[in-house]
Amino acid sequence: MTLTATSTATRPSRRRPGTDAPRSPALPTRTAWRRRLAWLGAGLVVLVLLCAASVAIGSRTVDMPAIVEALGSLGEPVEGLDQAAVVKRIPRTVLALVVGAALGVAGAVMQGVTRNPLADPGILGINMGASLAVVVGMAWFGMFAAHHMIWMAILGAALTAVLVYAIASAGRSGASPLKLALAGAALTAVATSFITAVAMPRGDISANIRSWQIGGVGGAAWDAIGLVAPFLAVGMLLALASARSLNSLALGDDLAAGLGERVMLARGLAALSSVLLAGAATAVAGPIGFVGLVVPHACRLLAGPDHRWLLSYSAVAGAGLLLASDVLGRIIARPSEIDVGILTALIGAPFFIHIVRQRKVREL
Amino acid sequence: MTATLTPTASTGSPTGSPAGTLAKVTGARLGRRRRRALVIGILSVLVVAVFAASLMVGRTFYGPAEVLGVVFGQDVDGATFTVGTLRLPRAVLAVVAGACFGLGGVTFQTMLRNPLASPDIIGISSGASAAAAFAIIVLGIDGPARSAFAIVAGLGVALLIYLLSSKGGVAGTRLILVGIGIAAILTSLTNYLLSRAGSWDLQEALRWLTGSLNGVGWEQVLPTLVALLVLAPVLLGQSANLESLTLGDDTAAGLGVRVNRTRLVAVIAAVGLVAFATAACGPIAFVAFLSGPIAARLLGPNGSLLVPSALVGTLLVLVADLVGQFAIGTRYPVGVVTGVLGAPFLLYLIVRQHRIGATS
Repeated sequence: MTLTATSTATRPSRRRPGTDAPRSPALPTRTAWRRRLAWLGAGLVVLVLLCAASVAIGSRTVDMPAIVEALGSLGEPVEGLDQAAVVKRIPRTVLALVVGAALGVAGAVMQGVTRNPLADPGILGINMGASLAVVVGMAWFGMFAAHHMIWMAILGAALTAVLVYAIASAGRSGASPLKLALAGAALTAVATSFITAVAMPRGDISANIRSWQIGGVGGAAWDAIGLVAPFLAVGMLLALASARSLNSLALGDDLAAGLGERVMLARGLAALSSVLLAGAATAVAGPIGFVGLVVPHACRLLAGPDHRWLLSYSAVAGAGLLLASDVLGRIIARPSEIDVGILTALIGAPFFIHIVRQRKVREL
Repeated sequence: MTATLTPTASTGSPTGSPAGTLAKVTGARLGRRRRRALVIGILSVLVVAVFAASLMVGRTFYGPAEVLGVVFGQDVDGATFTVGTLRLPRAVLAVVAGACFGLGGVTFQTMLRNPLASPDIIGISSGASAAAAFAIIVLGIDGPARSAFAIVAGLGVALLIYLLSSKGGVAGTRLILVGIGIAAILTSLTNYLLSRAGSWDLQEALRWLTGSLNGVGWEQVLPTLVALLVLAPVLLGQSANLESLTLGDDTAAGLGVRVNRTRLVAVIAAVGLVAFATAACGPIAFVAFLSGPIAARLLGPNGSLLVPSALVGTLLVLVADLVGQFAIGTRYPVGVVTGVLGAPFLLYLIVRQHRIGATS
């Protein structure tokens, strides 16, 4: 970590040592900037195409003219099954977009804050903690209203995040990837046991809980999206605002402090943003794992280590990944569908193993 | 784990005369041996006591005389069915499965040098239970075929984890993380199966996913008992080598341990134990995880943890089953009880272990 490196750290174009993807040396700033913008634009185009696919494809086959007609008559009373199917797919698409973006950004922020390549709201047990809080709220306090669920989920996510980090960073060597992942897995096991214990004697709500526990966007409704939107917006803004501090934090706490960063404050704000995002996403869609893991890694290859770019890329790619998984789940299991939480785990876990295999043992 | 091995723990401060030192060392060694015998003795007595209690207590209480009569094959009115058919296989399986989980768990923890790396956290148990859920919901098979399926799948998943984490020698760290990834895949597959299941199959499958001793008969007990009788001696035979492995692979190799061979034998035996027990009664949460550390706390740095862990595992399952059946209003399966009771201890353990500064 040389001095020249620190002085250019927050500029997007230069290569910084100690990060994964070594970038081609010294591209002129403007070209690099343009190229990144172009990739972002391409991502957005793909996202729009995916949205179209998500509205057009579903377990009920609706032909093109009917779709156009249904979209044309939005807001009017729904007529016929075709139109009903298409209208139902719109909130679902929107939900997949916002949840995917939230999880992607949450993962990128967590990986930055913990300086840990394996951080993800699912792996660290934060989604499961949010689930447990919601289930407890449902079973013991009769909190079925959507805004109650959101608050409980955020509370659960925050508690779990603090707990996981405290557990993993106690001791000499600090929060290594291994300790974080193990603490997350252990807390997930604890939360799962508690969820079973809470839900089992309550036959009336256990089906409700079980379907919610998988994680999916099939039950999307506008009012739930509306309730969760402010939380996601605040979380997203907070995350983008802390992008610059994350760049400094990536150099290590001492160097970041030397650069004038208030380390604890910066870290706390960034962590808060990821908890808000992960908690709110879990509240509305259930625990969806691995989006937050896969997306930032893929994005780092294109965007480089600068968090200002990385976070924007992660938002777009997270939304895209979740939407694509959801559409895929509707196609491969026709006429039924596979919940998106299952597909993301099937896509993401092999990727997780791949990352683990690539690294040297000492880095873990 | 690592802390239990420091040989200097109880030898005290150095003294002048060699004779005095010798006396101290001998005394300490004797004390250690005595403590070990004491702990194992007390645990054994407790196991026998709780085992007897779980035969006697129930909706109807039967005295020791009646229970003993049934156990020795007499025909006691009423008790023959209740104790002989309902309670006895249940209690025996609790003992056997507890021992299997305890042994399997402590083997992994010792070998991987990390108390969090127990089979239920790194995906070994979830292989067997996902397979059982698959067998129930998709294949619709039951009985021995289902158990065999679960056992084979458990071994297969363990093998997969082992292969995926071997890259120029199996590193414990990588094995743990690969296991966590595999566990995530299996959990999501299981969730998918559950979301497709009919309500009858669902009840049956949930039993396998939480761990339960309800409705156990001798046909579940026997295979597990055989597995324990065959595999436990194998593990006990390796106990000295396992101890050496906790010093690190290089040191162990320097001490003359064939590291890879020891590790392979231990993995196969431990996975076999866990898979057989899981096939019989589901993955009873945290028993594999907690037995070793509890035994280590009781025993101190006094030799192999295998036997004490097996006893602790047995005790945990027996007590948790009693609690689940009678102590709370709702009847909970044993896995839920161990899961909930185990949670605080788990957190305590993680924090404490890291404070010692174990190099995980």
